[in-house]
Amino acid sequence: MDIRLSGVSHSYDNFEVLRDISLEIPSGRIVCIVGPSGCGKSTLLRFLGGLEKPSRGEVLQIGAPPSDCLNPLTYIFQDFALLPWRSVRGNISLVLEDHGIRGARADGIIADVLARTKLSDFAKALPKQLSGGMKQRVAIARALAVNPAVMLMDEPLSALDSQTRELLMDDLVNLWTRTPFTAVYVTHNLAEAVRLGHSIVVMSRRPGEIREVVHLDKPLDQRQHGDPDLEEKQKYLWQLMREEARAADAELVHV
Amino acid sequence: MSDLHSPSTAARQVTFRGGGFAPSSPRWIGVAVFVVLLSLAELGTRQGWISPLTLPRPSDVLLTFQELYASGLLWAHLSVSLTRLLVGAALGASLGVATGVLIGLFSYVRAGLVPLTAALFPIPKIALLPLFVIWFGIDEGSKYALIAFGTFTPTVVATYGAVDNVDRSLIRMGQSFNLSWFSIVRKIVLPGAMPGILSGLRISLAIAIILLVAAEMLGAEYGIGAYILEAGSLYDLERLFAGVTILSLLGITMSTIIGQIERRVLSWRQ
Repeated sequence: MDIRLSGVSHSYDNFEVLRDISLEIPSGRIVCIVGPSGCGKSTLLRFLGGLEKPSRGEVLQIGAPPSDCLNPLTYIFQDFALLPWRSVRGNISLVLEDHGIRGARADGIIADVLARTKLSDFAKALPKQLSGGMKQRVAIARALAVNPAVMLMDEPLSALDSQTRELLMDDLVNLWTRTPFTAVYVTHNLAEAVRLGHSIVVMSRRPGEIREVVHLDKPLDQRQHGDPDLEEKQKYLWQLMREEARAADAELVHV
Repeated sequence: MSDLHSPSTAARQVTFRGGGFAPSSPRWIGVAVFVVLLSLAELGTRQGWISPLTLPRPSDVLLTFQELYASGLLWAHLSVSLTRLLVGAALGASLGVATGVLIGLFSYVRAGLVPLTAALFPIPKIALLPLFVIWFGIDEGSKYALIAFGTFTPTVVATYGAVDNVDRSLIRMGQSFNLSWFSIVRKIVLPGAMPGILSGLRISLAIAIILLVAAEMLGAEYGIGAYILEAGSLYDLERLFAGVTILSLLGITMSTIIGQIERRVLSWRQ
């Protein structure tokens, strides 16, 4: 299943946030969206999953999602969004219960996704007992449980320290290599973008427009932390963004 | 700067200034306060520097309490009072929680009922007792209604405040996983509002006890309120204090029960 944005613009009241965004998200690829803060990249992600409506333009789903897919467009949030009163297991079963999946079938799915995210020993733990990295792995496990056609990741690693971030990037690469998934990955971290993106969409500051789309052909599992060619790409991206970021930083916050 | 390493500079411990502002409550101190106050009263009344007209002797109050228990009247008073309290508070609290949740979820209900609650909240409910007597009869009905009405308004205010404070990002998460509206309310909104609802319930139940006594002072044969009123009009201070002690114990029990519920239901909190 592909996703197409065509001519998407958005404004809050008279305040233009996004201008004429057209973008194709092909199946089985990870598309990273980078841009200075306030460029509307998170808003764009909310349009993609139907959590918000753009003022103009449309978001299209092309082709049907696979039949075993419970929730085609599934988010992974920056703040994890785990229910603090439910255990790891309970947080995952939450998203299955509404599909009538209970008992042995649910146990099977939960055991599988916990194994894939290396959380099998923590099924009974409460979120407060987990570190930030583990919480985000629980959120990833929860997303995997519904078998999404497209994963919408909103700065998923931004709340974590840099070591944990490295580890989780490896985990994401492993997950993708085993079963390629489609993902839109919003981040302000260029290192994450060059590690995980098949293509990287660079946005300008507000009103957000697409400045350039950079493609990376190197397979994900061959990319390493500190690869010279990735560094090169990252430097190039930073060149693109530098002025924008500086200008965005100097703007008054509009609330 | 230059004398930083000179031997003449005296080394001094950095003064600690980060203490306080973190009260804990050692268990025995609360008991100690009671014991000290009661023994002061006992000593004073025995030695005569507190006249028995001002304050009854605590040991006499205890004696009265024992008599009350032995005569079986304690249970007669307590059982009707507890029934009134339970029925009234359960009615008021459950209606209050339901209304509060509706206000928290629906714009029209909010627009319509928030001003109404604000108008009802400051009314001293005791003033309405005559009205309730006309509406619900002089018997139990008016007492249930008074207690229910008294617990209703604070519960509503606490509940919709608690629903408003539920983390929106969790609700967003529920929507993003296509949970049904009903599931989101039951599995995300209600548990998320539970801490606020329970702390509101503490206040509501204390109000319920106050109103219970007020209701029983107007036309009741049995009940702790009636017992206190009777003792008061005879200036029987021992019985008056025995009655007041029962009320205090009732309050402590209520608050302990809610504390237990909180510990069980809210064990997920830090």
